[in-house]
Amino acid sequence: MPTFVRTEKCDGCKGQDKTACMYICPHDLMKLDKDGSATGHPMKAYNQEPEQCWECYSCVKICPQGAIECRHYADIVPLGGSVQPMRGTDSIMWTIKFRNGSIKRFKFPIRTTSEGSVDPYGGKPMPSMADIGNSVLFTSGVMGGYRAGKPEELIRK
Amino acid sequence: MSEGTFESPKIVQEELDILLIGGGMACCGAAYEMMRWAEAAKAETGVELKIKLVDKAAMDRSGAVAQGLSAINTYIGSEQDPADYARMVSNDLMGITRDDLAYDLGRNVDDSVHLFEEWGLPIWKTDAEGVRHDGADSIRMDLPKLKDGGKPVRSGKWQIMINGESYKWIVAEAAKKALGLDRIEERVFIVKLINDRSDPNRIAGAVGFSVRTNTIHIYKAKTILLAAGGCVNLFRPRSVGEGTGRAWYPVWNAGSTYAMAAEAGAEMTMMENRFVPARFKDGYGPVGAWFLLFKAKATNAYGEDYMTKNKELLNDYPPYGQAAVPASCLRNHLMLKEMKEGRGPIYMDTVTALAKLRETLSPKEVKHLEAEAWEDFLDMCVGQCGIWVGENIEPEKKNSELIPTEPYLLGSHSGCCGIWVSGPEDVGAPTAAEGDYDGVPDHLPRGWNWGYRSMTTVKGLFTAGDGVGASGHKFSSGSHTEGRLAAKAMVKYALDNRDYQPEFDASAEELAEEIYRPVRNYLEHKDYTTAIDINPHYITPKMLQFRLQKIMDEYVAGVATYYNTNEKMLAVAEEKLEMLKEDSLKMRAKDLHELLRAWENYHRIITAEAHMKHIQFREESRYPGFYYRTDKNFVDEENWHCFVNSIYDKKSHKWTCFKRKHVDLVDKSKLFKPAAH
Repeated sequence: MPTFVRTEKCDGCKGQDKTACMYICPHDLMKLDKDGSATGHPMKAYNQEPEQCWECYSCVKICPQGAIECRHYADIVPLGGSVQPMRGTDSIMWTIKFRNGSIKRFKFPIRTTSEGSVDPYGGKPMPSMADIGNSVLFTSGVMGGYRAGKPEELIRK
Repeated sequence: MSEGTFESPKIVQEELDILLIGGGMACCGAAYEMMRWAEAAKAETGVELKIKLVDKAAMDRSGAVAQGLSAINTYIGSEQDPADYARMVSNDLMGITRDDLAYDLGRNVDDSVHLFEEWGLPIWKTDAEGVRHDGADSIRMDLPKLKDGGKPVRSGKWQIMINGESYKWIVAEAAKKALGLDRIEERVFIVKLINDRSDPNRIAGAVGFSVRTNTIHIYKAKTILLAAGGCVNLFRPRSVGEGTGRAWYPVWNAGSTYAMAAEAGAEMTMMENRFVPARFKDGYGPVGAWFLLFKAKATNAYGEDYMTKNKELLNDYPPYGQAAVPASCLRNHLMLKEMKEGRGPIYMDTVTALAKLRETLSPKEVKHLEAEAWEDFLDMCVGQCGIWVGENIEPEKKNSELIPTEPYLLGSHSGCCGIWVSGPEDVGAPTAAEGDYDGVPDHLPRGWNWGYRSMTTVKGLFTAGDGVGASGHKFSSGSHTEGRLAAKAMVKYALDNRDYQPEFDASAEELAEEIYRPVRNYLEHKDYTTAIDINPHYITPKMLQFRLQKIMDEYVAGVATYYNTNEKMLAVAEEKLEMLKEDSLKMRAKDLHELLRAWENYHRIITAEAHMKHIQFREESRYPGFYYRTDKNFVDEENWHCFVNSIYDKKSHKWTCFKRKHVDLVDKSKLFKPAAH
């Protein structure tokens, strides 16, 4: 599979034209089977090219129904384990189940600001066109990240 | 306007000033820098530039950082000099890199990292007692931001640890807001650049198709940023079933950057270079934190530390073998000796490393350490966790195998293939007036800068990230920065060329015809046989990819031959690739998804051919451990301490390789211990 869609959980994103998993998959793998002709399950999504799946979990994390899981590469991995996330707004929870049944849980932060709150140019200067020819970024005066370097290191200057 | 059909797609034409191809770190950086300069240009000159970004996926999760990352691998910090960075890049890439590009990136990269933190990326910090805290804790504890002197957790000299599951999501949010949604087109795959009708060395536009609707998109543009990643799965991977997808670098990186640039006539550089990462076996999970943060050692099957045991082998490659930190390829070289002589598997000794750390830690700290070890995978390579849970591997109880992967082509990680670009003017790079340029085709620029930072040798065509060759070790932050540097120069270029009206060297109908050729191959012949995948008139993109991978693996130093090749094997590959390229015209596409795969694989073929031609031209083995020319199995400083560059003629389909002189702009002797013999 790598990622697979649970038949009873997927609602095809309620009949919208594209599903969340189709929207997000970086490799165009997730597909909504509108009439069920490909899978026998109309209006549900599926992974159309499992051997191209990076197991990046983008679809798993975005699915509003929690309908997507991962059965790790069958040509490599013994069956029975699972790694399942719940991605929230500021953190992600992972439940890790081993083949032998033991379970671990972890929670990690994912961002320190609320989603959608980025103000890209807030507090940033408006550059002057007089500076467009040099190799200095417009935020260099305010972000404290420009590293001027010791002039003597440049041996041909 | 009526909707297109699979048989007869709609053609949509648009005229722009600036087109950005790709949506990864480089293009997100470009979008951020560009829109501010565009705003300044409008305010000062009244000119409003028409700008668009086109991504074959969704920006929130596209490019190499889609899954997330557990570290930012390029952060200079206030304690290091950009020259130190340029030296490190050179050392890891066996001496042949452009110091001007590395230095320029080094002095600017921390600016982007500080922005990431402002936007919400959690960055680990070290407190006054030397205790480390994750990015959320650091904020709760009011530890200063990096910008205000906060101390990052270094997992190496250049790397800092992050909680990076949403890294790309955050960076994309800033880029998308900067651009505005009207300037973004997702799920459109650009497959071909178009040259100007009257100047074949100038860019005039690009063409691609929607993977969602039957639409062909044709963009005229004065200037284009081509930043569509590196190349993955051009070699047969070690896993050929479902595991094909578990490439170390993202499986969707199809060499589009290299192939499209080459076909547009751009000068390529160091396409012989490749990266063969030594990673956790099968899942290809990251090893950096294990080596650098947890201080684990890699051993052969008998517990011997092969880096110590085989250190004499480093003396075969002076001066590179004498570096304090040997180049990545040389570390592979020492590992491969153990594998070839039958002392595998190779292991990461996680058990000893964690036991050692436990000796000095409290139970709470041990639990924290365990979480850190798992997070390293969960942030960026969940597939490795999949292997650990399936095989019941808990790192404190059981060691994990390591393996050198199949080869990858890229310019942003520990690799330096890519496109030859114009560098900064203020760091002492060679100018057109000096040096010898014997063998460099007449129409190409002489010095290392020709007016616009990051412009390729094709007028108006820029690149960044994996696209910029002869540098490397930019990683996520550096790619973002490189996009920004390019963007600024592109705004200048667009203004300087305001009156230029791009005219194509091909008609819209011809382009549409070419792009949908695989569809027509399918429609025309599908009923000839009863099984749609077996048909003498076409080949599926999937089978074509298998053919490419087999050729590259068996003749161009893939895993099948332990990365060995020679002149004779390359000659066989050359012939086979030639026929493969011919057959690529017979690829079929039964739907839009397969059309995507068809074009991706065409890009892979052109990239693979460049790789093969460059290895053939460079008569030495510059990267022992990444590949060996067994007929020239040495590093030849006298004759080959130079760039190998090439150009491709899209009409004759022929490559021309040539040398360019290498020049150091920073002193490299600081890297090396005195020779051992």
